Amino acid sequence: MVFASYSNIISPLGFSTRENYAAVCDSKTGVKKIQLPFATDPFCVAKIEEALIQQYVESIGNFQEHTKLEQLSILSIKNVLEQSGIDPKDKRTLLIYSTTKGNIDLLENNSAIDKQRVYLPAFAQHLQAYFTMAHAPLVLSNACISGILAIIVAKRFIEQGAYDNIIVCGGDILSEFTISGFKSFNAMSNEPSKPFDAKRTGINLGEAVATILMTNKKELAQPYHTQIISGASANDANHISGPSRTGDGLYQCLQQILSVPKAEPGFISAHGTATPFNDEMESIAFERAGLSSVPVNSLKGYYGHTLGAAGVLETILSLESLKHQKLIRSEGYDTKGVSGNISMIEAHVSKSFSSFIKTASGFGGCNAAALFSKV
Amino acid sequence: MDALIEKLKGQIIEQLNLVELKPEEINPDSPLFGEGLGLDSIDALELIVLLEKHYGIKIEDPKDGKTIFQSLRTMAEYIKSQGKG
Amino acid sequence: MNSITSYAHIKHNQVSVNGTIVFQSGATALTDFLMEVYKAIGLNYPKFHKMDAQCKLGVLCTEYALQQTGFLESHSLQQTAIVLSNAASSLETDRQHQQSIADKSNYFPSPAVFVYTLPNIIIGEIAIKHKITGENAFFVSEKPDAALLVNYTNALFAEQTQAAISGWVEVDGDAFEAFIFLAENTENINKNTNFKPLNQITVIELYNQTKWMH
Repeated sequence: MVFASYSNIISPLGFSTRENYAAVCDSKTGVKKIQLPFATDPFCVAKIEEALIQQYVESIGNFQEHTKLEQLSILSIKNVLEQSGIDPKDKRTLLIYSTTKGNIDLLENNSAIDKQRVYLPAFAQHLQAYFTMAHAPLVLSNACISGILAIIVAKRFIEQGAYDNIIVCGGDILSEFTISGFKSFNAMSNEPSKPFDAKRTGINLGEAVATILMTNKKELAQPYHTQIISGASANDANHISGPSRTGDGLYQCLQQILSVPKAEPGFISAHGTATPFNDEMESIAFERAGLSSVPVNSLKGYYGHTLGAAGVLETILSLESLKHQKLIRSEGYDTKGVSGNISMIEAHVSKSFSSFIKTASGFGGCNAAALFSKV
Repeated sequence: MDALIEKLKGQIIEQLNLVELKPEEINPDSPLFGEGLGLDSIDALELIVLLEKHYGIKIEDPKDGKTIFQSLRTMAEYIKSQGKG
Repeated sequence: MNSITSYAHIKHNQVSVNGTIVFQSGATALTDFLMEVYKAIGLNYPKFHKMDAQCKLGVLCTEYALQQTGFLESHSLQQTAIVLSNAASSLETDRQHQQSIADKSNYFPSPAVFVYTLPNIIIGEIAIKHKITGENAFFVSEKPDAALLVNYTNALFAEQTQAAISGWVEVDGDAFEAFIFLAENTENINKNTNFKPLNQITVIELYNQTKWMH
């Protein structure tokens, strides 16, 4: 059995899981229209306040020697290590890092930090050195499914027997690199995004770092008493940037994860990026998989699309949701704008349930899904 | 108009990496998307970049692209209509 | 019983299949080399020309590994995984995108470039070409990590996966290398003395096997 254990979220809504869950319950959103230094017009993004980072980062010795992503990752991983009491030097402990672009800001800025750390292995070794970890961290870079895929990879490696504890950390920062790229795709909305809504026009980008400990140790199951039952990834084999119109890859993932006994998901934490194509595809995949009556939300209305952090961040909040027996409203949703028959969570509501599904899809035709269930 | 069409042929071959295509093989009235050249969604976005880069024309709503990019000729006509060709 | 049934390696302007060099080129530029290999293998695939160099390299190396193996027909494509890795992620194309946004007076970010600023697009291109719809994973590691690739593909084989395309694909500046091996469940396939066991030592052996010409 692989349990979901201690966690941490660093985002515009707070620097702990508890803060973040409370903010989401309070219907606060981290998405704001702000002026970014490199842009002429304001953008709707979810950015972590510099002042807040400065406050927290002072707890890291020589914090100027780390990039922004490293600072946030150190804070996040440190928090999980402190909560769990596990020893990063332990040979049966591993860090898996999920990111799409890592320290990509090193390509553009003139900081004194070694430009070599734009290479993800160098970034990973930097974290390894900070925590004196026994093993070099594994880095997974698989577009927007990286976060949930990293959790699934952790499950597979723990079950294989080489590790007892795997810390899964997902992170990506806002950068001109990413914003300009998504803009060229005309994928961004100039207003707060509206996943699954008839008036949706695209994503808001966001930044975050989220960490969760996956473990086979029963004594560490205490935070959620929840295990990851099944996980799968699949490729649409259709187009490098557009999803399969019939949701083939995601449907295949869902079929696989639901092929376990007594799979009765209480809700689905969808990828729900609010692009016309993604949400439409997801709704079709959910209907095909027989999930039409299972409540769905997207958390991207609160956080924007946090890329490599998304799968981890959204899984943690879904675990909180499961723990508190509460369904979280799919922020930004008003009217159904997808053809698949699905049930949207329109308001926070208490509900008795014991499991949930997390889904994700990304550039390159990749899809992933995982089923979590109370032990 | 013909000169503009010939120029466009070279530009789209370059912008869209249509390496195995020769300019004389492109029929200016064939559909760019669907059959004809069989361009895809990324190509559609690239054509918008092409218009801005080479002709200074900014397309605010990508949905306008459907009519503008129907064929090489409609593209050329649009450029002329903007006083840019 | 999981075995490695075929492998290909592209390095030093040469292509090696199952340890034997089958193609070499005097081309000085990577784009020219890739075009020569494309023609040498007789590929007819217009989408190839839209790919960035790293994807072209990955697609070509996979083609060579697949040649004359019947690999794709032996198992369900839904149960065929693609697990790739490199050290530079998509940095070569990242630099290209960065350049396109560096000058505010000549600011034309290209969606066709940006889409390739993710290393897993190599997996996507291979999947699209061959309609492979199974598991995906892209790992970024300092050096080719045989243990990682073998352990992960074995973990996949313990679930639904019956076949895997795995290896290393990288373009970084002037340096480029691709090593692809095909692993599959050979339980019901006629025993072939060329089948090799899927383990770390074998992968390292096969990776070092080719006697490159210099």
